[in-house]
Amino acid sequence: MLRPGLYVHVPFCRTKCPYCDFYSECAPERIPAYLGAIEREAHLRREAHPAYDTLYLGGGTPSSLSPDELATLVMGLRSALTLEPGAEITLEANPADLGQPLLDALAALGVNRISVGVQSFDERELRFLRRRHSVSQARAALRRVRHQGFASLGVDLIHGLPLQDWEPWRQNLEAALDFEPEHISCYGLTLDEHTPLGQAAKAGEFELPSEAVQAELYLRTSELLTRRGYEHYEVSNFALGPAHRSRHNQKYWHGEPYLGLGPAAHSFEGHSRSWNHRTLDAYLAALDAGRLPMQGFETLDAGQLRLEELALGLRTVEGVSLQVAAQNPGAPALLTRLEAEGRVQLLPDRVLPTPRGFLVADAIARMLA
Amino acid sequence: MKQIRNFSIVAHIDHGKSTLADRFIQRAGLIEQREFRDQMLDNLDIERERGITIKSNTVTMQYTAKDGVDYELNLIDTPGHVDFTYEVSRALAACEGVVLLVDAGQGVEAQTLAHLYAALEHDLAIVPVINKIDLPGMDLDRIREQIDSELGLDSDDVVLCSGKTGQGVDELLEAIVTRIPGPTGAEDEPLSCLVFDAHYDPFRGTVVAFRVKNGRLKPGDVIRFMANKSTYKVEEVGRFKIRRVPCKELVAGEVGYLIAGIKTVSDVAIGDTVTLEARPCAALLPGFKEVKPVVFSSVYPISSDDYPGLVDALAKYKLNDASLIYQKDSSVALGQGFRCGFLGLLHLEIVQERLEREFDQSIIMTMPSVQYRYTLQDGKQVVVDNPAYYPDPGLIEKSEEPYIRTSIMIPERYMGAVMTLCLERRGENSTFTYPAPGRIEIKFDMPLAEVIFDFYDRLKSVTQGYGSFDYELIGYRESSLCKVDILVNGEPVDALSCMVHRDRSRQRALQICERLEEEIPRQQFKIAIQGAIGGQIIARTTVSAFRKDVTAKCYGGDITRKRKLLEKQKKGKARMKMVGQVEIPQSAFVAVLKTDGD
Ligand SMILES: Nc1nc2c(ncn2[C@@H]2O[C@H](COP(=O)(O)OP(=O)(O)OP(=O)(O)O)[C@@H](O)[C@H]2O)c(=O)[nH]1
Ligand code: SF4
Ligand SMILES: [Mg+2]
Repeated sequence: MLRPGLYVHVPFCRTKCPYCDFYSECAPERIPAYLGAIEREAHLRREAHPAYDTLYLGGGTPSSLSPDELATLVMGLRSALTLEPGAEITLEANPADLGQPLLDALAALGVNRISVGVQSFDERELRFLRRRHSVSQARAALRRVRHQGFASLGVDLIHGLPLQDWEPWRQNLEAALDFEPEHISCYGLTLDEHTPLGQAAKAGEFELPSEAVQAELYLRTSELLTRRGYEHYEVSNFALGPAHRSRHNQKYWHGEPYLGLGPAAHSFEGHSRSWNHRTLDAYLAALDAGRLPMQGFETLDAGQLRLEELALGLRTVEGVSLQVAAQNPGAPALLTRLEAEGRVQLLPDRVLPTPRGFLVADAIARMLA
Repeated sequence: MKQIRNFSIVAHIDHGKSTLADRFIQRAGLIEQREFRDQMLDNLDIERERGITIKSNTVTMQYTAKDGVDYELNLIDTPGHVDFTYEVSRALAACEGVVLLVDAGQGVEAQTLAHLYAALEHDLAIVPVINKIDLPGMDLDRIREQIDSELGLDSDDVVLCSGKTGQGVDELLEAIVTRIPGPTGAEDEPLSCLVFDAHYDPFRGTVVAFRVKNGRLKPGDVIRFMANKSTYKVEEVGRFKIRRVPCKELVAGEVGYLIAGIKTVSDVAIGDTVTLEARPCAALLPGFKEVKPVVFSSVYPISSDDYPGLVDALAKYKLNDASLIYQKDSSVALGQGFRCGFLGLLHLEIVQERLEREFDQSIIMTMPSVQYRYTLQDGKQVVVDNPAYYPDPGLIEKSEEPYIRTSIMIPERYMGAVMTLCLERRGENSTFTYPAPGRIEIKFDMPLAEVIFDFYDRLKSVTQGYGSFDYELIGYRESSLCKVDILVNGEPVDALSCMVHRDRSRQRALQICERLEEEIPRQQFKIAIQGAIGGQIIARTTVSAFRKDVTAKCYGGDITRKRKLLEKQKKGKARMKMVGQVEIPQSAFVAVLKTDGD
């Protein structure tokens, strides 16, 4: 039976990366207050959904919490909510944090997926991204995770850095493949103009590779990883077979319900979405006052549900049903054309995007919407 | 009997009509000082923004003359720009005289003459005035001499005044009441009123401005619009005193308005005669001359759903701008719309702006065109302003296009740049005069088609805003014309076709293709944009396919943000027109009309 997923946003980072527009703070002294608040929120939310089959600790940098703090966090959650036996429990980690004590604690807490934010195996690239870890720290962390025997190791990489072309990027991929990770995420660097790197790009300090180069990197990545046995199952995600896909993230793309705890976390109920206060201050204040920290709420109408189904479905190998895709008069002609151009594969009842289709998934969704 | 004087203030553009009207209004105490603003009668937003009068405007005021007699003065402030001459000619039909202003600095100009002739044609009394006498360094003798020789008036009759300082305004008022005759017409004759303007008031229906020729009209009367044959019961009559001020009745000789709950816009036609149902007058009053538009363009609603709204808006707009001519038109690319005729480019611009601002319409206008004349092999002549009706080129014996004589005034230093521009635009037969030290007036014969596109913008840019430009039509001349079609992925977009001179066709086609290339968003396949004459491609550009259009990450389940972005992009798509499988944004249709901001 389908259970909702549980997401917990840990809004703390040791340092702030200049390309990042997620909500996080560099304020470890506030962690205790945060941990108390999460537990309270979990209790307040219990009634709606007591049981979950995935837990995703994301951020921010969840690994920046100490082993004790992480234990408090997970125990607090478990005190209010039930995680089904066999639940997928993921933690996002910075390589610099993955020392043996933390890994021992994680294993003890039942974490079975570690997603390591390596980003690059090139020292210069890491400096450009101003990551706080080094290449050797990354390698050491991956070795340790492997050794610890977690069910799933994920490596996150970023491509499309200035001046990057296929060869340096391929070396990054090969370096990751050396560790035989069950999961690889490859994100194209996108710069929001409100971030420091975004500003620098706008000021002309550097240039991202052209769209042509980005598209080439993307497609060749897909080819290479597929050859190595990975399944390109979502725009930016690869898994060593369906069993190793992120079960939690798939809930987002498949329109399944999930609950998000913590500042800036989002929840989905099937027909409605809600989101928490974005800042820690507002979040804590609401819970101190005994209120749900919810900041906004929307109910989706049929058109919005369909648009989401298209936009999210076309991000995954499962695609969307033909019935949903072909509602407009022009759709059949468009789909035929997209198939001829290798963007989608048409089954009798489904539209499946190819990697070339992933590359323009938003555009296809808009055209069909 | 009441003493009435009906007169218009007429002059070349900017010679100070509205400013002078201000002085009259203030002298009559029509409004309180705190409500006053300069060019009080220019009450449309566009008039204020552009500092020119577009609509004639009537105002009624009391004046007690030196000899103690009370007069009711009906003043009509008129526009000076040549594109709005129709406003002036209708105003004249409500008057017995005109105040003809000549700017003390500029002297007699093209429209001074044009308005004088129109006034003479109507047999109106003329009070010549030299205005702006406060200007330093003006040459009064030169202007007097112009008034004698060029206007054929007696310069001894000239009143000197300054609308700015108010100097001479008292003398002018005396001249008006003594030299302009009162209206003739009898209050006890059957009612006949000439409708010379109107506008639509959403609460009261059509408000009709008219001049009573004979008879009297009061609330409760049942009136008939004679040409349109509709009847209404009058709810209110009144006078324009900046605001509408109701009164008990209006009698022969007066100018005012009536409100009769007229919701059917088409029941009122400018130039129609209003009479009483119970006691009609014998015959229609002579109406107005037909307008002869010179520039044509089609208007389409941005979204086809808005077509009924556009139909309604145009009908209401037309009440207030009788010079707009329109009829149904349709385009494969843009759907149903209207072909409109305008008195000039400024007129076109004003119509577009007023439809958007006052009537809340989102519209696209197609490439403006002039009226071309084609003589076919069988000797028949056809006049075509819409590329959709371009004759089969194999049958065309001779093509002709309208020419104008331009007059461009500039500081001498811009002469080179302006000459180049005019020659580029197929100007010929140039002459120069030096009306004032350092200034030069250049005259050229030029095809009208060359100035309706972006000539004025270019002139302003090469003269850094110091160039003024005026023109008159001088007739048709033989020319080598062709029709350029624009194809998007092989499909013609009819709304982008245009008729142009053969020598200019390649350049124009390329310009349009380039504009489209900038405006059409990349789609997931390549888009070819071509300009063609007949089957021959003369220009081409391509919009390359986009390579990447996907967000890398939907983080932490924040789907709302992503959906909102898609919704926003999709909204943009609703403003797109599908041509074949290509989405062309409305902005592309607008952009092809824009200047090459070089
Ligand atoms: N020095 C001086 N300037 C004047 C006088 N009357 C008007 N002006 C200026 O001349 C310009 C045009 O004045 P308007 O009253 O708008 O002229 P208009 O004839 O109504 O113009 P249109 O309605 O557009 O034809 C404005 O900048 C006025 O300030 C005057 O008596 N003396
Ligand atoms: S560690 Fe992750 S969440 Fe924190 S600032 Fe860097 S990219 Fe953002
Ligand atoms: Mg004026």
